[in-house]
Order: sequence, then C-alpha cells, then structure tokens
Amino acid sequence: MSTASSMGDHATTGRYETFSYLPPLSRDEVMEQILYILDNGWNASLEHEHPSKAFEYYWPMWKMPFFGEQDPNVILTEIEACRRSYPDHHVRLVGYDTYAQTKGHAFLVYRAA
Amino acid sequence: MSTKTYDAGVKDYALTYWTPDYVPLDSDLLACFKVTAQANVPREEAAAAVAAESSTGTWTTVWSDLLTDLDYYKGRAYRIEDVPGDRESFYAFVAYPIDLFEEGSIVNVLTSLVGNVFGFKAVRALRLEDIRFPLHYVKTCGGPPNGIQVERDRLDKYGRPFLGATVKPKLGLSAKNYGRAVYEMLRGGLDFTKDDENVNSQPFMRWQNRFEFVSEAVRKAQEETGERKGHYLNVTAPTCEEMFKRAEFAKELGAPIIMHDFLTGGFTANTSLANWCRDNGMLLHIHRAMHAVIDRNPKHGIHFRVLAKCLRLSGGDHLHTGTVVGKLEGDRQSTLGFVDALRESFIPEDRARGLFFDQDWGGMPGVMAVASGGIHVWHIPALVAIFGDDSVLQFGGGTQGHPWGNAAGAAANRVATEACVKARNEGVEIEKNAREILTEAARHSPELASAMETWKEIKFEFDVVDKLDAA
Repeated sequence: MSTASSMGDHATTGRYETFSYLPPLSRDEVMEQILYILDNGWNASLEHEHPSKAFEYYWPMWKMPFFGEQDPNVILTEIEACRRSYPDHHVRLVGYDTYAQTKGHAFLVYRAA
Repeated sequence: MSTKTYDAGVKDYALTYWTPDYVPLDSDLLACFKVTAQANVPREEAAAAVAAESSTGTWTTVWSDLLTDLDYYKGRAYRIEDVPGDRESFYAFVAYPIDLFEEGSIVNVLTSLVGNVFGFKAVRALRLEDIRFPLHYVKTCGGPPNGIQVERDRLDKYGRPFLGATVKPKLGLSAKNYGRAVYEMLRGGLDFTKDDENVNSQPFMRWQNRFEFVSEAVRKAQEETGERKGHYLNVTAPTCEEMFKRAEFAKELGAPIIMHDFLTGGFTANTSLANWCRDNGMLLHIHRAMHAVIDRNPKHGIHFRVLAKCLRLSGGDHLHTGTVVGKLEGDRQSTLGFVDALRESFIPEDRARGLFFDQDWGGMPGVMAVASGGIHVWHIPALVAIFGDDSVLQFGGGTQGHPWGNAAGAAANRVATEACVKARNEGVEIEKNAREILTEAARHSPELASAMETWKEIKFEFDVVDKLDAA
C-alpha cells in the first residue's frame, strides 16, 4: 500500500524520442548502435539542430548520408566532427532504410546543454 | 453450338463443383475452409456443396442456369486435405473467379464466402481458415489510409515500438477527469492514449466534451515533452452521419488519430471512414470488438487472420492482434502469421504459422500490430521480441495501476521498452535475459523499479483454446 511519504513523483522533462528515457549512451554503446544500423543494410546519417528548434521535422544534415560506408569508426569520427562544429546543437544518428522508405533507427548521440 | 439441355431436379453438388484437376488462376480468389460434414456425406460432396452455396449454386437445378456460362462463374472445390490431428474435419480449398465480387467490396466478398453456406445443413460446422486475395482484387481496395511508414514520419518516431494505453476505468469518468488521466500518461512517456471501445458518447461523458479536454491534454503533454503525442478519439457511432461528424470535429481540433470498431461498426462504415482518413491526413486506429465471437471456435466461424486481411483491404492503420503473453487468447505462431499478413508486402504460404496461401499485397501500405490486454513491464521483453518495432504496445492497468500513478507508470513502460530495444540492437537475446535487462534499467529508473515490484507475481498462463491444427 503506497502512502504519500513513500510515493515518488515523476517530473516532466524535455525528451528526444528513442533512448531519451535511458542514461546517455557511452562511446561503446553508440558503437553498438552504429553496427546495428550497418548490419541491417541501412545508411548511417547525422542531423543536428539547436535545442530551440528541436521539435521541427527537418534538422540540417551533417554532410551527406554515409552511403555504403561500412566502417563504424568513420561514423564515430563524423559524430565527433559534427559535435565540434556545432557544440550548442543536438546531434542525432539516423539509419535510412531504403526498403521501408523511412528511418529504421534514429536517436540522439549528443545532447546539447 | 450449345449441347446442354435442361434436366430438372436435384443433382449431387460434386458433379458440378468438385474439380480436382482445376489449376487456380492468378486472378482467382482462393479460400480454405475447415469442413465438418454431417455423417454419411462424402468429403467431395461436402466440399462441393460449400463451393456451390458460396458461389453460383442453389439446391436444385433451375432453367435459367442455362442462360449463362456457369462454368465461368462457378466456385470450384479443387483440393481436399486432412486436418492434422483431427479425423472428424478436413480442409476444402475453393477457387472463385474474380468477377463474382464487386471491386473494392470486402462486404461483397464476405457476404458470398461466409453467407448462407454457414447455416447449410449438409455441414455440421464450417470455418473459413484463410483467403488468398489476388493482387488484381487488392488493387481495387483503398487499404490503410496512411500505413506504417507515413505514421512514423508524421510522428517522428523511429527504431522502436510505439507505446499506448487505454484510459481506465473504461466507463464512468467525466471528460475533464478523463483528460487528466490522458495528460498524465502522455507526459510520462507514452506516445498514445486510447478511448476504450465502450466509450462512444454516454450520458456521463459526451463525445464533444471528451474530444476537447483530451485535445488539451495532448497539446500540453506534447509541448512539455517535446515529443509528438496522440489520443485515439473513438468515432464509432450509431450512424455513419454521426461518425463523420465526430471525425470532422477531431480534425478541427488538430487530432492526429481517431479510432473505429470495424466489426461492430461494420465494413461499409469502416471503408468509408478509411477513405475519409486518407483524404484528411488522419491516422486510423482499429479496435476489434466481437472478433472472439467469430474467430475463437476452432471448428466454426472465421479465423482472425481472415478478418485481419479484410481489415487491411478495408482500411486501418492500427489493428489489435492480441498479445500472446497477456490476459487474452492468442497462439504465438498463429499470431506471428497474421501479424506478417498485416505488415509485409508479400507473405509466403507457411502452414506452421497457419498461412494457407501466398499473399501478395503489391504496394498496399501495412498496418501496425497493436498488442493490448493485460500486459505490464515484465512482458515487455517478450513483446519486443514477438512484435518488433512496427507495433503499438498498449498498457491499460499496466500504466495506470502503477503505485505512483499514470506518469510514473508510463515512464516505467518507456524505460523498459527502450532498454529492451537497445539490448536487442546489441545482439542480446532479450526474452532469455529479460530479468537482467529490466533490473539493470531499473537502476536508473525508480519508476520502473516500483512497477517491477508491483507486478512481479502476475502471469496469465491459461491454455489457448484456438490452437493451430497439428498432429
């Protein structure tokens, strides 16, 4: 039986869809998700945006989707480069699924303060 | 030169409608029936009777049969098979020429295939197990108004199942209190909330009042979380005029999704509503009240996979499929079979999943599978494994029964789901490692820890009534 004193309170906070209810992913954990994208035959891509505009559908792409890129380290390096160029932006990793004509995966890899 | 003469009287059906040498055309509509014949009726005669009574035949010869080419229009029983593990019944396969059915009319198909024939005296029981809709016919149907890909893009949610919940208690809340329950669940982390199917427009909460308060709840939760949200506003109504009035108001309020009960509302209403949704950029959630009356008896009625295919053709973006693991009936392999039939574009025959035919949907959009009924956080690893990403996992009591309330319950559901998706993507077998995954995730989420403690003992382990036929 819960009583008020033993009961917790869930505070509302801003979220960013998939994985935003988990602690931030470590570098190794991001690597696992990159491998998942590549193993599915999807094309990895990066998007970034200022938090004030995060709700909008279209975030600017970082360069182009990495069509055909199979080396997960290349993508990790690009995530770092995107972060350095836009330190006040969120960075999102995307896996484009050409068969489903949509994104197979998308989650925030870097959350701006 | 015509050679047929009129010969009045009653003939064996098999003479005309049992054609074991017939090779079905690509354009034929194929059906598999499980037939339990009366004693002393041979299998071929019973199968032929089913083909006749569901197509051109009647009990006696009539002279006007000779005014048309019945060989072109008749249904043909072309194969008979044993039912594994059942000596009493058999499968009869029937091919129907496509011109027997009005284009784009699921109503017409069902009126023929499951019409008078189901009360026919020569068969003791009859069950429609599966239909192969030829691609030619599929192309005459509107199908899902939006489909899985459009829904994901509109809601901007990728790489995970959607999460929903039905507002409880299902009857009796005022509109404003109801909207409160919605707001709390959405701000906690669910993507959708749902009107219970019983909620239409009762004296305690009229539809217009509910739509307004719920829309405010959705708007605020969306603003505060930064995520897109929706509530399935039930527009199921006593008349089509009333249904469209409610749909129009939902659109006026900016609602992204509405819902309909396709069996109690009927296929005519459903197809019209699906067409309206396609024209108005509205997602359509489909509930299936009454289905168990039709599909639960293994010997008589219509298997749910047929109802699911009919819904995909009539139109809907979500369809309830059962959970396999929760409080409602559902065999795992059979469920996987019709979930594929809802979502994929080509589904090969697979008897181990209850699929009797190849089914080609061409470019018709897919339907999201909705797993709803008696599920909670401990079921999430199995649900993610069974249903994959293109599904809505829907928790009623499993959100609102949380000891801290709806928002915490929703957060627990969301944390558990994301932890399972993350582990699955890392190659972990999530059903086998369910306890470890959830326990680890709960270290960062007191909401999840509390949910796990609350429901640790609840299981629903009754035997399934409608099993796949197996020896």
